[in-house]
Amino acid sequence: MSDHEYTPSSKFGKWFNDRLPLLTLANHLTDYPTPKNLNYWWTFGGILTFCLITQIVTGLVLAMHYIAHADMAFSSVEHIMRDVNYGWLLRYVHANGASMFFLAVYIHIFRSLFYGSYKSPREIIWILGIIIYLLMMAAAFMGYVLPWGQMSFWGATVITNLFSAIPLVGESITTWLWGGYSVDNPTLTRFFTLHYLIPFLILGLVVLHIWALHVPGNNNPVGIDIKKPSKDTVPFHPYIVIKDAFALLMFCIVFALFVFYQPNILGHADNYIEADPLVTPAHIVPEWYLLPFYAILRSVPDKLMGVVAMLSAILILAALPWLDTSKVRSAVFRPLFRQFYWILVADVLILGYVGAMPAEGLYLLIARVATAYYFAHFLIILPVLGWKEKTTPLPLSITEPVLGGSPNLAAARSDEKIEKTIK
Amino acid sequence: MRKLKNIFFVLIFSVIVINSSNSAEKSPPFLETKWTFKGLFGKFDRSSLQRGYQVYTEVCASCHSMKYLTYRNLAEKGGPEFSEAEAKAIAASFEVTDGPDSTGEMFVRPAKLSDKFVMPYANEQEAKAANGGAYPPDMSVLVKARKGGADYIYSLLLGYSEPPEGVELDDGVYYNKYMYGNKIKMPAPLSDDLIEYTDGTKATAEQMSKDVTNFLMWSAEPHLEQRHKTGFRVIAYLIILTVLVYFTMKKIWSRVEPKV
Repeated sequence: MSDHEYTPSSKFGKWFNDRLPLLTLANHLTDYPTPKNLNYWWTFGGILTFCLITQIVTGLVLAMHYIAHADMAFSSVEHIMRDVNYGWLLRYVHANGASMFFLAVYIHIFRSLFYGSYKSPREIIWILGIIIYLLMMAAAFMGYVLPWGQMSFWGATVITNLFSAIPLVGESITTWLWGGYSVDNPTLTRFFTLHYLIPFLILGLVVLHIWALHVPGNNNPVGIDIKKPSKDTVPFHPYIVIKDAFALLMFCIVFALFVFYQPNILGHADNYIEADPLVTPAHIVPEWYLLPFYAILRSVPDKLMGVVAMLSAILILAALPWLDTSKVRSAVFRPLFRQFYWILVADVLILGYVGAMPAEGLYLLIARVATAYYFAHFLIILPVLGWKEKTTPLPLSITEPVLGGSPNLAAARSDEKIEKTIK
Repeated sequence: MRKLKNIFFVLIFSVIVINSSNSAEKSPPFLETKWTFKGLFGKFDRSSLQRGYQVYTEVCASCHSMKYLTYRNLAEKGGPEFSEAEAKAIAASFEVTDGPDSTGEMFVRPAKLSDKFVMPYANEQEAKAANGGAYPPDMSVLVKARKGGADYIYSLLLGYSEPPEGVELDDGVYYNKYMYGNKIKMPAPLSDDLIEYTDGTKATAEQMSKDVTNFLMWSAEPHLEQRHKTGFRVIAYLIILTVLVYFTMKKIWSRVEPKV
């Protein structure tokens, strides 16, 4: 939060601002003191906002032309691709936009994991992020169902069937979700409605996510508390704005390469075949961004336990601020944690890879080991590391490379005073 | 630490190798041919598209529908680009049922530019009954609906051969080395000089396969040329803007002291 009171210069501005302090908000967002050592991994928050808005805007226009009906959905998508002005562009931006959104969100999450951004006092930001991520997965899954291709239909069948694993009420819940006794027109129409709703829920949560961020301010690569504003910070505008803009443009170049030159490479060919309840595709695979969780699901032999494992894999992240017992945030000063961090990255990549492969033989074995390791990382390695690990000394501030700091600003300053008095 | 990283790279690498050797057993690599529509400036070969339409209409269309295409598409920019008169003549050579008229009767009339491609069968059941139980898939988006795309379709058309020893085939089933499971219910559709090209090109099986695959690629992706053209402009614009923003950023950040 800005430390000084803001008064608009014009009379009208003052009158308006006294009644609705929008100008104060704008001033806060402009002046917001940001650590000056943020690296490019910190630009993905802005990139994600861009992704969300792109999805909402393209989705809005697509919804004007799309028909949510089992008999017409597939051909309405072809109508968009062929006859709607720039319909091909809208659809390819929307479809690839989902992948780019997940690419950005994974980088954003792993940045947070590396620099300990989830730790006190930023737990609420982190948990809001997990909820956004869950909603993103729901939106992406339902969106993939809408073209009503083979993978849409069978993906929907597999995922909704997971609910039938719930004891006693499972079957009834599945029927309730379907709106019938199989995935059919009622399923499609409700998925369309929810697919339209969820992005706005995400938008609301993003506002809370940013609000919660602006209370303690950004974490930074060094991971220590800093005084704000000070010589360790720069105002958000223009410094961070221009840096975010540069990173966003780089991101857009990659995005454009997919949209204009490889628009279908991230999708599945089977989804260009209209849904047929009588023909099951040889391999039913979710989109790439859900593969690690799909691997976890399939690595457990029991259906119910598989579902529990898959859900826990995401929900365990919400407990992360308390599972990681280390007081030091940034991995830069945690030599052991740094190694385990990279092992986790490799582990998730391996899970994603085996998720795309048939669940048999060596793949299944790898999936099981990787799943076990995933949980061990959060439940065993992180808590133990916090107690055992010898961290390297922290600097006192970003600009003063003086050692003897602490992740907590007040503690660091008082230590400094004590040292000075001793001298 | 480096040791650990190495172990993981080796692990990932070995998984990939195992996988690629597995998939290599399943199907042979596709036949290679040069497609003009690939690449940054990829465009369709106009005359190949026109020949491809001829192959489709004289050979494929007796079993395969193309229900998302309209006769006007044949004259549209970025496609075979028949003249409007030619496209009208093509449409008029088909008959469609229209109506009801003012007396409530359905009637048959020649097709117009605004009509969808006429389908060979009234419905899926009729198509199956006429083809030994196999449904000839609609070809409008076929290239995008098959792994391997144009290369796969091209290879499949030329992939027919006598079954290797030990492979038993039922009646009406043919051997094709690119087909999933190697068994296909469509007999080899193309053979040398099956049709006579109106532009005088020699109608070899390779030529026809290439032309019809080109045509199918266009039908699956009718705005491909516009997409490539727009894409180049968008990316060029983005690169220039990125460079400008980069220097602006450097200038703005040069005010910040001390450096970090």
